[in-house]
Amino acid sequence: MSTESPSGQPATSPQIGVDEWVRRSGERTAGPGGLLRLANRTPSIVLLAAFIGIACAIPELSSSGYVIGVDADTLLYVLLAMGLNVAVGWAGILDLGYVVFYGFAAYLFAELSSAHYNIHWATWQTVPLVIAATILLGFVLALPSRRLNGDYLAIVMLFFLQIFNNFTTNGYAWNWLGLTGAHDVTGGPTGITNVEPFRVFGHVLSNAPTDYVFVSAAGIFVVAILFHYVNRSRTGRAWRALREDPLAAEMMGIPVKWLSLLAVAVGAGVAGFAGSVNGAYYQGVFPDTFMFPLLITVYAMVILGGAGSLGGVAFGAVVVNVLLEILRTPDHARWVFYAAMILGLLAKLRPWRLLAALTAGLAIFGVVVHEIVGAVWARGVGGPIAVGPTSFTTHGFFATVIRHWMVLPKGTYTAENFRIGNYAFVIVIALVLACTVIKGWKRWALFVPTIWGACFVWETLLVEQAPTTRPLFLGVILIVLMATRPAGLFGTTRVEIV
Amino acid sequence: MSENGAERTHLLELRELSLSFGGLKVIDGLDLHVDEHEIVSVIGPNGAGKTTLFNLVTGAYRPDAGDILLDGESLVGLPSHKINHRGVARTFQTLRLFLNMTVKENVMAAQYGHTRSTIVEQMLQLPRARREERQINAFAEEKLGFFGERLMGYRWNQPAYSLSYANRRRLEIARATASRPRILLLDEPAAGMNPVETHEITELIGKLRTEAGFTILLIEHDMHVVEGISDRVVALDHGVKIAEGSFEEVATNPRVVEAYLGTSATVTK
Repeated sequence: MSTESPSGQPATSPQIGVDEWVRRSGERTAGPGGLLRLANRTPSIVLLAAFIGIACAIPELSSSGYVIGVDADTLLYVLLAMGLNVAVGWAGILDLGYVVFYGFAAYLFAELSSAHYNIHWATWQTVPLVIAATILLGFVLALPSRRLNGDYLAIVMLFFLQIFNNFTTNGYAWNWLGLTGAHDVTGGPTGITNVEPFRVFGHVLSNAPTDYVFVSAAGIFVVAILFHYVNRSRTGRAWRALREDPLAAEMMGIPVKWLSLLAVAVGAGVAGFAGSVNGAYYQGVFPDTFMFPLLITVYAMVILGGAGSLGGVAFGAVVVNVLLEILRTPDHARWVFYAAMILGLLAKLRPWRLLAALTAGLAIFGVVVHEIVGAVWARGVGGPIAVGPTSFTTHGFFATVIRHWMVLPKGTYTAENFRIGNYAFVIVIALVLACTVIKGWKRWALFVPTIWGACFVWETLLVEQAPTTRPLFLGVILIVLMATRPAGLFGTTRVEIV
Repeated sequence: MSENGAERTHLLELRELSLSFGGLKVIDGLDLHVDEHEIVSVIGPNGAGKTTLFNLVTGAYRPDAGDILLDGESLVGLPSHKINHRGVARTFQTLRLFLNMTVKENVMAAQYGHTRSTIVEQMLQLPRARREERQINAFAEEKLGFFGERLMGYRWNQPAYSLSYANRRRLEIARATASRPRILLLDEPAAGMNPVETHEITELIGKLRTEAGFTILLIEHDMHVVEGISDRVVALDHGVKIAEGSFEEVATNPRVVEAYLGTSATVTK
């Protein structure tokens, strides 16, 4: 997809301190859509109450365990994103070790409330202890920031993540500096299982996700209010100052090194709570959970929602997690794919004649290809649009349109036919690259086979392969966001030019 | 220390200050002092070491030799934010505002060293956090009010990047004064300003002394500014002090003329 407007004019970047532009800076930073404006105008506490209310209403409204489970997972991600936002969004530190805090807290909680060491503390004892220990770990792991910053700090923090992964995976025979014998600390690759659920005021939470929806929602409520106040006060201002210009901040009396440590540690505190919930909710901790993919996901949530905006990162967490869940089911994923494509074309293509031409071109191209393939190779169009008898794209108008427009070889989603999809995938990538190079009307002509090819790859390959499709989708979303709204959905557009 | 009663303590005093980058001596055995309520200008050609001097005083660099005393106490080795708490604030030649923060926030952020509430107090909005917040808010408005209408009213809540160049310079001065310094280091406050604005900033620097009571060490290339407000002028070249005295004395000093224009032999060619 090209990011330039069809008239060939690059998107204007009005980031120079010109007075006329400057005067209207308020309108621009308020956000483009009516929804964003509404969100900006509504008091934060109302938004927070609405968010918590909806999250807590889902278990009442839905009887599907799956939906409630997604709700609980999402709230956990919201907590994580709000924690990461402190270092990344406010203080501007590349905190790539964030997942370590989450994992550390989950493991610590598991070890204090399971048969692993035969310790069975009550929740009111474990959770505060885990949070305190995680904050302490935050201070320790952030120590390199006293000497390193930027890329260097990021590399070191990544190392910590790797060390943590090694420790948890191999910690089933740990030997403390040779002082003790081999000793099972982390349970190794299988982790620690049979972790006890939360016990709150003598009430043992069931292992159903509903209870943890309430636990996480309560956590989000508290964290959001505390962070809202911090952001408005002395510490929050100092964090933003050091994000803007650490040298000037230091010269203006702000102890930059201490505040960097504090930012990482405060974020770690939230991860500490989230980690405890993780251990209790999933009734076990496993090393594979706390690895690089989780870090990327949480980072994507923060960036997508708008780093620096509490509500933004919460929104980002919801969008990313719900989207990734939807992509698990091909039927739902298909809707997301076509809706995104059509909306993208509608939003980006001007003038309408171009849109009409492209749509007509696409329709004709698809039908012609369908007819040719059908005439030459009958099996080539005999494939299903969806697998499974309950699928609502099997019959219906949508399915009929796709079936006559798309080429679906019989036996799609079998190992042998995946090869067709793979070749097509490579060709589509080549077409996309060509689109970025070629200019003028040829590019628009090239768009037709490219889009059709993308749909083909989607139908023959990606829709069935959620593990591949999910990160791919996330990447595409981030690319589109980068091009259209680099500050994130709810982030404030930042200006770097003086 | 003024145990020797006859010797008066200067507010800021540099003794035999030296700094080298590799083999290059940027500051070489510099002695300089600024007394209370004085305005001292540092002039010199590009690369003379003027900004390096500021970087040394504010702790961005550590001197190889010599001492920097503020009211008799050494600043050498202190981190920059502590030096600021002791009473030294500066502006930057290339503006370094917190661009994506509002005008008022820029000034409020500089008062970090004068507030004490902990992060827990802020999270829970305990009385001390709220009281301090009110105080620095009022103080910031007062500091911005020093510039007349230029940084007032609707401008408070605009991001700093939306200000004009001259207003950004004013905001930098406001931010520096908000950290409640005893001495202000102004690095080329009139750079890039038109004649009217230059005149205005000259008056403003004078007001900073007479009304706000600051002691000022100033780097400036614009000789109208230097002539207008300096009690004393110090000329640097290659890190060495080549002249000191009133503006007339320094401006007519042959070594200063030579430093700016080259040796007389070169000139006559």
